[in-house]
Amino acid sequence: MDRIKIDLWVGIFVALGVAALLGLAMKVGNLTSSKIGDTYKVTAAFENIGGLKPNAPVKSAGVLVGRVADIGFDSKAYEAVVTIKIDKRYAFPKDTFANIYTAGLLGEQYVGLEAGGDEDVLQEGDKITQTQDAVVLEKMISQFLYNKASEPNNDSKASDEKAGKEPAATSTELGDAPF
Amino acid sequence: MSANIVEIDNVSFGYNGRMLHKGINMSFPKGKVVAIMGGSGSGKTTLLRLIGGQIKPSKGEVRVDGAVVHEQDREGVYQLRRKMGMLFQHGALFTDLSAFDNVAFPMRELTNLPESMIRDLVLLKLNAVGLRGAHKLMPTELSGGMARRVALARAIALDPCIVMYDEPFAGLDPISMGVICDLIRTLNDALGATSIVVSHDVKETFLIADYVYFVANGEVAAEGTPHDLMQSTLPFVHQFVHGEVDGPVPFHYPATDYRSQLLNYTDTAI
Amino acid sequence: MIKSALNGLIGLLSGIGHRMIARTWRLGAGARLFFLTLMYSGESFRRFHLTLREVYFTGVMSLLIIIVSAFFVGMVLALQGYNTLQKYGSSEAIGVLVALALVRELGPVVTALLFAGRAGTAITAEIGLMKTTEQLSAMEMMAVNPIARVVAPRFWAGVIAMPILAALFSMVGILGGYLVAVPLIGVDDGAFWSQMQANVDVRDDVINGVIKSLVFGVACTMIALFEGFDAPPTAEGVSHATTRTVVISSLTVLGLDFVLTSFMLVV
Repeated sequence: MDRIKIDLWVGIFVALGVAALLGLAMKVGNLTSSKIGDTYKVTAAFENIGGLKPNAPVKSAGVLVGRVADIGFDSKAYEAVVTIKIDKRYAFPKDTFANIYTAGLLGEQYVGLEAGGDEDVLQEGDKITQTQDAVVLEKMISQFLYNKASEPNNDSKASDEKAGKEPAATSTELGDAPF
Repeated sequence: MSANIVEIDNVSFGYNGRMLHKGINMSFPKGKVVAIMGGSGSGKTTLLRLIGGQIKPSKGEVRVDGAVVHEQDREGVYQLRRKMGMLFQHGALFTDLSAFDNVAFPMRELTNLPESMIRDLVLLKLNAVGLRGAHKLMPTELSGGMARRVALARAIALDPCIVMYDEPFAGLDPISMGVICDLIRTLNDALGATSIVVSHDVKETFLIADYVYFVANGEVAAEGTPHDLMQSTLPFVHQFVHGEVDGPVPFHYPATDYRSQLLNYTDTAI
Repeated sequence: MIKSALNGLIGLLSGIGHRMIARTWRLGAGARLFFLTLMYSGESFRRFHLTLREVYFTGVMSLLIIIVSAFFVGMVLALQGYNTLQKYGSSEAIGVLVALALVRELGPVVTALLFAGRAGTAITAEIGLMKTTEQLSAMEMMAVNPIARVVAPRFWAGVIAMPILAALFSMVGILGGYLVAVPLIGVDDGAFWSQMQANVDVRDDVINGVIKSLVFGVACTMIALFEGFDAPPTAEGVSHATTRTVVISSLTVLGLDFVLTSFMLVV
């Protein structure tokens, strides 16, 4: 096999490899979609973040506006402190509302931002005060079963009594959940 | 002293405590064809490896062109090896290269000659062994004798001053044997080189050698010109030269008494 | 009776000991060959066409087996994945499943296993035979270093070829999965790709996969080279060495994969 033919084949081989890598990066990976330019960081405290992970998306009105940079724990307030970085192109009012949502029923969790009405906008290092915790599925299911059991029907007295006391507490907890 | 290009001075060598050589002395004068003879397993090839610096002697020293081989570093050994050419027992041609590329190999690896000059030199060397017409063939397409000749052309590719032949006649038909025999002598005289021939073929070796060493039991058993050795009355030399079955070199490998071994049923280690 | 049992035990223990010593010796000798190869790589880089020639033999010649295997692996992944995912009503996630499985694990690992069988054995047999027929000895006697001339080009060729083959494997596998999922099963085309893009991270998944295949390339090629170099110069010796190449390479790849994965997931 002469050298020119070998060089040609090796050239084709390497070109195929580069094409495959580019394909993996562009078509399969998030190199094109995750382009976030300059960012500013804000923090938000949650009582429960559920399964939120670093690098999870931050969305507003369904549009990707940033990513979760870091998750820490405040040992004084016993809260989770989530640092999120937001694309500089997007400004949000100071009284923006931060929620932790789940994509689909079992999907990954992400932070949703709902703009408030304040005239001042969030700056680097600011803290979002209004937050809504993640929905924990187990909690939700037990709540649902509980409510189901407490529905007024011709059950025994004991369950009626119990139902009469508890629902008030649970409904406040679930009341402003986004579903 | 200075007339000897290779000197083996009181060399001992062995593997795992078993000594193969016990104090061997040899000298190889410039321009001569010197043969080392001996039975199979007498360590003839090992002597060539000692000269080439592939192994180190346990005792004594080998000097090539005045330099002690085992005291050289890697670069020094490689410098010495550039003065040597070696023909291996089965040719050891590179099976992935054609005859032409095999002969060109040392030139391409060790020199910066332009490709056009390498081509002329390779054809010259192949012509010297009569195989210029076969330069395109691969080693698998060559007969045993032809492969040996291509390997010889490769060994002399860089005009070495020492050419070593490891069993150059083994396994060849009489015609190829005669051709190789002839080539060793003529190339030696044409190059002005020194040839060291390791062989056990008495007839061919005696035909071309100027001086012969006999190696047996790790020692030089006899030495002299072929003519002297033919007349030698030493029992070992006589046995070897005339190819007798039994003599000082026993037919049997050392063993315990035959009768007692046959009778001893419990000896399962047979 | 007791004496013979004791002798048997001693024999067993000394057998284990001998084998341990032999294994350790081989590990050391292999490491030595590795460092010598790195040391003399400069000499071989100056004549890079030697390495390119070996890329041809190890890489280009392995293309067919890699592409065909990848295609089938991708198709099977899609079939199996769909079967399970549709029970949970998330059959769109099939793209993510196929892509992550291939890019993170199957691409580098299966490529390395196939490489050990296709190219590794060829390297071992070739070098073992070169040794048996005294070609390496002849080279040394010509003042040409066999490590620089024979070992180093093959080593770098393997290191270059492996990540390329692994990337091709992943890409072709994903295409195979796409063919099964979208035209055959009827998963939505857009969902297939967009879910994949949302969940495959270039640094965490793609780059880590490339790092894995680089490490596997070094390991597989070095094992094949060492086994060839260390093979006893007989027909039997070379055949045993070739078998060992496949066995040791496969085990090493799987073991290394676990170590690398745990590093990548923790850090």
